[in-house]
Amino acid sequence: MALDIYKINPEFRDIMPQEIIDLEEKATWSAKMDTPRGIKELPDTKELLEEHSLCAGCPEAAALRYVLSALPKPEDTIIVNSTGCTSLMFPHIALHTVHSLFGNQNAVASGIKRVLDWRFPDIEKDVVVLAGDGATVDIGLDYTLQSFFRQENITTICFDNEVYANTGGQESGATAKGQVFKMAPLGKKFEKVPMWELATTSGCHYSVNMTASAPKAVAKAVREAILVAREIGPTFLNIYTPCILEIGLSANEGLGEMKDQDKGRFASYKHVSPEAEEFLKKCKEEGRI
Amino acid sequence: MANQGPAYYSPYPAATYEGVITPPEGKALLLEDVVDEETAMREIAKQMLTKENATIFPGPQVLYAWSDEAKRKATLIKEMAEVLNANMIPMYDYRPKYPKIDAEIEINPNHPNLTIWENKIKAAIFIGVHCHYANVALKIVRAETDCYTIAMCALSGHEDAMATIRDQHASDLEKFIKIAKEVKSELGV
Repeated sequence: MALDIYKINPEFRDIMPQEIIDLEEKATWSAKMDTPRGIKELPDTKELLEEHSLCAGCPEAAALRYVLSALPKPEDTIIVNSTGCTSLMFPHIALHTVHSLFGNQNAVASGIKRVLDWRFPDIEKDVVVLAGDGATVDIGLDYTLQSFFRQENITTICFDNEVYANTGGQESGATAKGQVFKMAPLGKKFEKVPMWELATTSGCHYSVNMTASAPKAVAKAVREAILVAREIGPTFLNIYTPCILEIGLSANEGLGEMKDQDKGRFASYKHVSPEAEEFLKKCKEEGRI
Repeated sequence: MANQGPAYYSPYPAATYEGVITPPEGKALLLEDVVDEETAMREIAKQMLTKENATIFPGPQVLYAWSDEAKRKATLIKEMAEVLNANMIPMYDYRPKYPKIDAEIEINPNHPNLTIWENKIKAAIFIGVHCHYANVALKIVRAETDCYTIAMCALSGHEDAMATIRDQHASDLEKFIKIAKEVKSELGV
């Protein structure tokens, strides 16, 4: 039934807008594909996010497109998000999304995942948390870590822009030391919290720190993280998506900033537990990644 | 300035504030009166056949082929539109459209009044719209337009519509189509 909710009844096909017909016919639904979905299909298929209301040139919008293109089974995926810039995009995604209270996202996702496993024992249902650094590393840190401790089978993706961007620029736990924002004029007093390391020590089987500068790398990490979460346990991705407005960049400078930080605060970090490594090796042999 | 509805400047544009609640099982609601289902069906058919630019707004529960009931209802709704000489404008999902909707050919529950104003719709049937969004849309339409709204609901009805019939499954739609044909012949339209 998951894919049937996108099949238009023939009686109404003539009154449906083209974008909805395209969603049925040209989106890369897993059930219709022989090979894993990926960013390679982006140029000539229907995207699950067509329009959004973020600022022009926002790297977060690009990162979300990469994430959506790499979901292994979008028709059987539920995305849980939290308040922040990301929540301006989520209402536009053509998937099931749940907006939680600020910081609660991992608790909400845990409940959804458990109920789905009970309700659909024979179907793989993926639950993906997608929230900003304020919700993940700052106000919601407790809920994030507790879901790792409980070994929930969910993937947590943090779009880390190092600031509370859409409330005017307050510092978060993920802000770099010394950084000044409009609402943090004295500068951050302590170092950026290395959430990817916390995730590792808190029991995540797959933890990555990266920027969204390389679409293929983001898509690969998303796919691996979701597959590991499905079979082994919690996974975490920390992806740098700078707020170009808050750090004083123009719309065309986001990519450059991410590339710079590939060697800086977001230098590549990847932890894969032995069980996850073995599982991913098997997935590769089976052509799932 | 568009013509506004019965709740226009009220700070609480909801029928429940005026003591109107959903009808009991087996009954229907016409404005604030609980009536027999057949009486309501006759009035609904009359309104749709006599008001300008009568339109059916099918929602996701009937637009998509996700169950046998949805497929059956789709056929019946198409037939209903032909009998009522009504247009059809889809409420295909509930996402807010960015930057704006094309009000001539689509309706969105977050601002349904735009479509009703654009097409000068004076009577409309909402069918297959999930309860929570039907409630939102009907309140907005009630306050912002003079459209006679009709909720054909598979559950317990919607008090914010001018007319609501409840527990409408495929067999009930067949009954409505039969009545609508009779009313159409009586009116000679």
